[in-house]
Amino acid sequence: MLNVKIRKQFRSDAAQPFVLDANVSFSRGFTVLFGPSGAGKSTLLDCIAGLQRPESGEIRLGEKVLFDAAGNLSLPPQRRELAYVFQSLALFPHLSVAQNTRYGLDKLAASEQAERANTVAKNFRIENLLSRRPADLSGGEKQRVALARALVTRPSVLLLDEPLTGLDSSLRRSILEDLRAWNEASRIPILYVTHNREEVDAIGERVVTLVNGRVQETGAPRAVLDAPRSIELAQSAGFENVLSAVVVEHRVADGVMRASLDHAACEIEIPLGDAEPGSEVRVAIRAGDILVATEPPHFLSARNILPGTIVSVETRGTIVALQVKAGTLFQVHVTPGAVRALDLSPGLLVWLVIKTHSCHLVR
Amino acid sequence: MNTEALLLSFRLAATVSLLLLALALPLAYTISFFQWRGKFLVESVVALPLVLPPTVLGFYALVAMGPHGLAGKIWQSLFGHPLAFTFTGLVLASMLYSLPFAVQPLVASFESLDRRLLDASAVLGADRVRTFLRIILPLAWPGVLTALVLSFAHTLGEFGVVLMVGGNLPGITRTVSIDIYDRVQALDYGAAHQTALLLLLVSFVVLSIVYGVNRRVWSPWLAK
Repeated sequence: MLNVKIRKQFRSDAAQPFVLDANVSFSRGFTVLFGPSGAGKSTLLDCIAGLQRPESGEIRLGEKVLFDAAGNLSLPPQRRELAYVFQSLALFPHLSVAQNTRYGLDKLAASEQAERANTVAKNFRIENLLSRRPADLSGGEKQRVALARALVTRPSVLLLDEPLTGLDSSLRRSILEDLRAWNEASRIPILYVTHNREEVDAIGERVVTLVNGRVQETGAPRAVLDAPRSIELAQSAGFENVLSAVVVEHRVADGVMRASLDHAACEIEIPLGDAEPGSEVRVAIRAGDILVATEPPHFLSARNILPGTIVSVETRGTIVALQVKAGTLFQVHVTPGAVRALDLSPGLLVWLVIKTHSCHLVR
Repeated sequence: MNTEALLLSFRLAATVSLLLLALALPLAYTISFFQWRGKFLVESVVALPLVLPPTVLGFYALVAMGPHGLAGKIWQSLFGHPLAFTFTGLVLASMLYSLPFAVQPLVASFESLDRRLLDASAVLGADRVRTFLRIILPLAWPGVLTALVLSFAHTLGEFGVVLMVGGNLPGITRTVSIDIYDRVQALDYGAAHQTALLLLLVSFVVLSIVYGVNRRVWSPWLAK
């Protein structure tokens, strides 16, 4: 168990200096650290690793104290026995893959070094790269080497700062599989920073969300990321629609409330939340959670059916992004097949269908 | 050509550049990797010889090394002979004079290193010494070479400081630049020309090597 309770302030010219103020525990296994960029995720990892020093608080790993501001104790990074894979990977450019992998093992006997390096090379499938320099590796190979170099030391905590950024999804899955297999064998706290929703779903046992330097939520990925409670989080969790609204009335018996969007241009039903009638709120809706009909739909359970007009149609790979003016402007994602079948084009009159529980109240 | 003066100059330059490297490495390390109050003062002192006339530097060095100066007194009591107008005195003054040429290339190359590499080394269990020997030095070696060569070349060509603290003792303090000056004074342009040309060629070749090495070695790593 890794317990972190720290505060670090950054001097800046801005009126409000950035403050990292985190109080959070990480148990064995994967914890995804999720949040918009600038939320303080890398700073948190740097503080845990001992590369930056918080002003106050403490960091404990089980019984071992890594940092204690009150006791004026801060173990240097080399004595914290943890592993850290940076976003830039930071492979040593002048050393071969084999030398990189063995860098953290210099205190061990040569035979032990060789044995560990061989095992990790096999586990992360880099045996055929050992004599190469980092400059001669592909992106995926570099990531494998960085993971191998970190894990060969048998750390008691693993910090991963977006380690798989820039890889295509099949390569990412394959590396994640190797990482999961390793995690099964040695259960230690693994902090995994990512922006990527696919990675969250693939590895997430738990998610901790960080916004503006503060831990906002902790829980299972679905619970935290599918119902974000802040605008920043909604945007980085992939909610394309964050709409301003005013609560009109509560319908407590139905567990819903009605809200008018964009200065009463239209009204929608959203789950009952902690907001009084008359108060201003934000409603987050995924673009992929909105259905499009070309005729007024009937006999549907969905409570929100809004007539509107298609403003633009833009194909982005395998999804088509529509902008629909239905009182306010909605971002809607559909498949290319749907565009062909319904003949969706700018100017067409459509009806948007949104389930009540696809609407999330955010602050 | 005065071979004795030439050899003396090379011996002086080699001694100065090696000693300076030993002094400049820790100095550049603290300037590059630590933040401390008063650092700007040290940086200014290091850069002083760049703007100061060599005669000013030489004058104060002479005063300090003379029989009434602090360095001169200490030296006299330790070794029983004066410091001024000796080879050792010349070495000390030249080190002062060429200090920026050793420190600044080192600082530049240290500061161009990716800090995350040093972080990675620390997290992997390496202390500062190991990080310095295994990561910083190998990656900054073009800077080390530049520091060595520039302080060598700069010492080779110095004139004002030598004249002030060394004087003109054949085989002890009479360097090649003094020799050239003497020849010109004596209107022996032929001999002055021979030596001057040699010095020009040596300097050019040495600098070409430095710039060539820097280009070849740095480009692949800086490009990323």
